[in-house]
Amino acid sequence: MSTYANKKGFGATIWDYLTTVDHKKIAILYLISGGLFFVIGGLEAMFIRIQLAIPNNDFVSAGFYNEILTMHGTTMIFLAAMPLVFALMNAVVPLQIGARDVAFPFLNSLGFWLFFFGGVFLNLSWFLGGAPDAGWTSYASLSLHSAGHGIDFYVLGLQISGFGSLMAGINFLVTIINMRAPGMTYMRMPLFTWSTFVVSALILFAFPPLTVGLVLMMFDRMFGANFFDVAAGGNTIIWEHLFWIFGHPEVYILILPAFGIFSEIFATFSRKRLFGYSSMVFATVLIGFLGFMVWAHHMFTTGLGPIANAIFAVATMAIAVPTGIKIFNWIFTMWGGSVKFTVPMLYAVAFIPTFTMGGVTGIMLASAPADYQYHDSYFVVAHFHYVIVGGVVLGLLAGINFYWPKMFGTLLNEKLGQITFWTFLIGFHLTFFIQHFLGLMGMPRRVFTFLDNQGLNTGNMISTVGAFLMAFGVLVMVINIIITSVKNEKVGNDPWGDGRTLEWSIPSPPPFYNFKQLPLVRGLDAYWVEKMEGKKEMTPAEPLGDIHMPNSSFLPVMIAFGLFVAAFGALYHMDDKSWTLPIIIVGLLITFGSMLIRSVKDDHGFHIHKEDLMDDSDKGGKA
Amino acid sequence: MANEQSNSANPNVDLKYRRKKNAEEMKHQVVTFVLMIFFTVISFVAVAMDDFSHWFIKPVILLLAVIQVVFQLYYFMHMKHKGHGTITLFLFSGLAVGLITILTFLTIVWL
Repeated sequence: MSTYANKKGFGATIWDYLTTVDHKKIAILYLISGGLFFVIGGLEAMFIRIQLAIPNNDFVSAGFYNEILTMHGTTMIFLAAMPLVFALMNAVVPLQIGARDVAFPFLNSLGFWLFFFGGVFLNLSWFLGGAPDAGWTSYASLSLHSAGHGIDFYVLGLQISGFGSLMAGINFLVTIINMRAPGMTYMRMPLFTWSTFVVSALILFAFPPLTVGLVLMMFDRMFGANFFDVAAGGNTIIWEHLFWIFGHPEVYILILPAFGIFSEIFATFSRKRLFGYSSMVFATVLIGFLGFMVWAHHMFTTGLGPIANAIFAVATMAIAVPTGIKIFNWIFTMWGGSVKFTVPMLYAVAFIPTFTMGGVTGIMLASAPADYQYHDSYFVVAHFHYVIVGGVVLGLLAGINFYWPKMFGTLLNEKLGQITFWTFLIGFHLTFFIQHFLGLMGMPRRVFTFLDNQGLNTGNMISTVGAFLMAFGVLVMVINIIITSVKNEKVGNDPWGDGRTLEWSIPSPPPFYNFKQLPLVRGLDAYWVEKMEGKKEMTPAEPLGDIHMPNSSFLPVMIAFGLFVAAFGALYHMDDKSWTLPIIIVGLLITFGSMLIRSVKDDHGFHIHKEDLMDDSDKGGKA
Repeated sequence: MANEQSNSANPNVDLKYRRKKNAEEMKHQVVTFVLMIFFTVISFVAVAMDDFSHWFIKPVILLLAVIQVVFQLYYFMHMKHKGHGTITLFLFSGLAVGLITILTFLTIVWL
């Protein structure tokens, strides 16, 4: 394998990405597939808004509307937000802690391919007899009675992509605990790394309940068990608990990385150390812990009783405290700073009021008695879109703009970025602000149409107009990406000029081994510390030596593909078809066979030799 | 084991100290092992005796089981040694999440 990037043909590039175990390339894979699913989920959102633009609309049928609505939620959470978060984590975290890769590069690749095949499987339901139609929460009382195979696609698809997420979480935990550069103590880690760390712990604890829930659902649907079937002695509430024990931490899994990205952006473009670093870390960890003790606030109206409702209401409100700490810290970071309004900074500044509004309606929903009024109305829809779009999506857009040069070596166009920002932001508020009032006027969520003369017409029309503005913003962003990639004007290692953390000390995009010599970290914002002492680069912590790198492998694709094949067999098995069992066996053989090859084949990786790493500066300059 | 390695290339350095340390470790392990067997015997006897009420025996057996798990983790799986802080943190936070779930299910779902 050559150390130098050669011009490669199209096929070779595809093969390179299929077999890569490099965290930077896996980040790009996550970004592309997450972006693709984001567009699909966005299209579904547009269909929803077109259907609801006018009363008594018949753009889509009621059943099809349920499918669109379910797939919009499921796709956006599991197949768009999660992978886009993973994309930024993969691209940035190893660089931020001064590591050459994640702890388990093979597992990293496997995690991606499991997510990818799970997502493809889920979306194939559109063409194979109908998508899931019981909402993204897929409450058992509804989903057990859903006809067709939609729910089975949901169960198996999420199970497969869930494995991938769990692997990614464990991988980042091990990476951050073990692979920090010399001198990088926990309290010197950049905030994005900290939030990745906490999020990975949340993934570790939150995904098993989902796995259990999905397994029980699978047994109920496919093998005639009755865990959730009340008529047969089961308990349908157990699904709700299992789902939300996963589901609530899941929303923190999405929002905490966004918090981390914004913390980096505020510090960078205020050209100031992040205000209250240690309280930011404390708040992140506390949000992580509290995130596991509040799930029943999604179930206030199921009749848990006043004591349980009160406990979960109080625990939920407690989360406002660490979140408030963060909001104030961000404001104080900007205060007195020399603020530069780049596109990422625009997103960050807009995020504060937007997210705070989502937080305030969150407190309103957290008060159990009031929740009986808001429950299942558009008020709830407005609330969670304010936190997820106003928090997570703004965070992802900011992060993509901010880290684009580090991932691809080019800066996105500033003007087009501003157009995207303004149209997206205004469109977002148009779409969702009015929905608070639609909800309070009594419009229930998840309905496919509404009647005329109920005072809901104007509000829904405004909402639809806003959705089109958001779509326009995303379209401009896609154009921006295409233009930037075609122009391909390379930038240096620190294109923003104010980079504070380790990733900005190495070339954009970094060489595949990241750091020629591991850097010595001498404080928080390690690169900034060096800059303030008038240095251009990091002090190395080790002499130049051979670098051990992992080999590429096609096995992750095979392992994930095997499960994908087996899932089709499992899905149609209940229809008493003869070909299903062989398909299951073939699929599992591919998976376990590939795992066996991985186990028995010795793969020691390869070394980049010291001589290949040396350039003129290492040899004492040109003569 | 990583934390038993000596920093020195000379294996005789601190040999005496390490011997003493190992002997102490061994003593702890034997003591806890005997205690664990003792606890197991108590549990079996308590059930076999048939003289106590179930409401007494069940909590006692569960308590003894918890103590045994702690012994196992701390004395045989080296959690009392230095450098296991992260593991302890994750073990106990996982335990907390699991127990809260079980507590909730016991109080508002099943009973």
